[in-house]
Amino acid sequence: MTPSNQSYNDLKNWLVTAFREAEERMNGESKTPLHQLRRQALQQFDRLGFPTVKHEEWKYSNVSGLTKEVFDFNADGTLEADALEELQIPNLEGNILYFVNGNYHPELSRIVSPASQLQIVSFAEAVKTDPELVNSYFARYADYQDNAFTALNTAFANDGVVVRVPDNITVDTPIILRYINDAREKNVAAQPRNLIVAGRNSEVIVAESFRTLGERASFVNTVTEVVLAQNARVQHYKVQNDSDKSYHIGTTQVNQADNSHFYSVTVTLNGSFVRNNLNIVLDGQHCEAFMYGLYLPDSRQHVDNHTLVDHAKPNSYSNELYKGILKDRSTGVFNGKIFVRPDAQKTNAYQSCKNVVLSPDASMNTKPQLEIFADDVKCSHGTTTGKLDEEALFYLRSRGIPKAEAQSLLMYAFAGDVLSQLRIGPIKDYLERIVVEKLSK
Amino acid sequence: MLSISNLQASIGDKQILKGINLEVNSGEVHAIMGPNGSGKSTLASVLAGREDYEITNGSVRFDGKDLLEMAPEERAAQGIFLAFQYPVEIPGVSTTNFLRTALNEIRKYRGQDPLDAVQFLKLMKEKMKLVNIDQTLLSRALNEGFSGGEKKRNEIFQMAMLEPRLAILDETDSGLDIDALRIVAEGVNKLRSPERATIVVTHYQRLLDYIVPDFVHVLYKGRIVKSGPKELALELEEKGYDWIKAEVEETF
Repeated sequence: MTPSNQSYNDLKNWLVTAFREAEERMNGESKTPLHQLRRQALQQFDRLGFPTVKHEEWKYSNVSGLTKEVFDFNADGTLEADALEELQIPNLEGNILYFVNGNYHPELSRIVSPASQLQIVSFAEAVKTDPELVNSYFARYADYQDNAFTALNTAFANDGVVVRVPDNITVDTPIILRYINDAREKNVAAQPRNLIVAGRNSEVIVAESFRTLGERASFVNTVTEVVLAQNARVQHYKVQNDSDKSYHIGTTQVNQADNSHFYSVTVTLNGSFVRNNLNIVLDGQHCEAFMYGLYLPDSRQHVDNHTLVDHAKPNSYSNELYKGILKDRSTGVFNGKIFVRPDAQKTNAYQSCKNVVLSPDASMNTKPQLEIFADDVKCSHGTTTGKLDEEALFYLRSRGIPKAEAQSLLMYAFAGDVLSQLRIGPIKDYLERIVVEKLSK
Repeated sequence: MLSISNLQASIGDKQILKGINLEVNSGEVHAIMGPNGSGKSTLASVLAGREDYEITNGSVRFDGKDLLEMAPEERAAQGIFLAFQYPVEIPGVSTTNFLRTALNEIRKYRGQDPLDAVQFLKLMKEKMKLVNIDQTLLSRALNEGFSGGEKKRNEIFQMAMLEPRLAILDETDSGLDIDALRIVAEGVNKLRSPERATIVVTHYQRLLDYIVPDFVHVLYKGRIVKSGPKELALELEEKGYDWIKAEVEETF
């Protein structure tokens, strides 16, 4: 064993032991189907171990920093008024749910949609009150066989949210999930698990927001499964504004039935190490999937977006646009897979990834991966990585706009393509302000 | 106002300007003509501060100040405006926001208060009439998807908004049909005043029918080889550039 692998195994063994110890303290609970599934996931995690850079999917994303930290995986605690105040997004109306170190806090949250429109409970609550629902969806979509982090989350996740939108219902108020890791006192880890089930012909917007408080290390390993029945329309936003000592690894797993429409926006404003997996299975005909992403790493931050669109049935459409602005010594990864299965004739799939690299020490790795097994399809992909357009910069400066402002203006215009996709006004305004601040730094 | 003395500039290893001398006073319109590749656009770019060029010798003074020391934005604030031969398309930046930022930055540099939205819109409406430009064009992203004529008109509109003391028009006539040319020229003429000067860089005499110059200079191989009154432009139109080339080859 090489010394660099030592920490990988130490953390893994520690987690496996923790699981077994907790298991021994259980009574009948360990016999439930849910726990059986967790145990399988743990065994798989034990087999897989944390991925090293030798793993093809983790070639440019090194988790050794993460494995060297010691985290409290069971931290509790709540937020005092001051901290809560600081986290507010002005004018935001919605079903707003707060999670502190991964645990749901009803006293900080408010659910405004009537139960006839929206069934929403914490994951911990759903496990107790509606095990059938949990059993029929939990881990049915997010694969834990090949992904160690998903396996880890499946084994351990004890809170998050379960959302069910009944057939033919349009939820007119968005759901905002706020995950706050409180790393002011100690290193903390959280493993939220969300399940969003949109019934036939229903419509809902769900936004996940991740923040870290404090200067200690923070780790979030999150999995969200989204299931769209026929004609369902779901918008899913993920906003990451974590600290410079935070690790975020997340998987959003989406399954779409006929005529469903999924719309995703992922905005990574800050975070030391970020890995987002967005996997969409178009398991129906005439589906539409839109994926937008924006990432703005600086200093030594690392942001990795892996997306996968699996066209399993004919006549569906997917369109993807990811954009990044990289400063200082930051690094970025974009890996975009498109599978078109033999049956999936008349597929339209488009992918584009555009990057501006502002410093010679920053770097971006892009890898489009198209695997097309049907012959009557339209697919395209393109990636660009370059500096800011010098000609545009000169044009703006020649009109009297100072260099720094001209650069910000161009960067903001570049990012605007993605930000304009956000359909919740207050979130869009809030993010625009943060992006402007970050870009003019 | 503008005093260019022995200006030499190169790009890479290639020397393009080989010693330009030119004096421009307030109220004057100077035309700079010459065959392709003579250095006309380079001269315009160097005056506006494009960084691709290296100045190897000479000086440029604007109101007595060393222009070559200034960043492009400072030159703009001092009152220099370049109408681009190829205006740049900038997606995501609205023309209106861009102009308001530019105008207020220039005002800030000059110690003036910024214009608020109402004042700015009032000014914009006024100047729009001057160049006959449509409101819908200005609400779009800067030059994005504009036709050649729309881009050139937008250049003159920006010039009207920023009210420069020295306007440099780089091949503003290129790609314009005769109607667009007339509109653009009218816009330029309306901005003529005893306090301002204009340098018109052009390959053809056509534009000078509408913007009548006080002086015409012929640029050839990086030097001004002939200067004269407006009639020189007509002579060039009639006889082409070959006789000038021949004259130059004899002299050097």
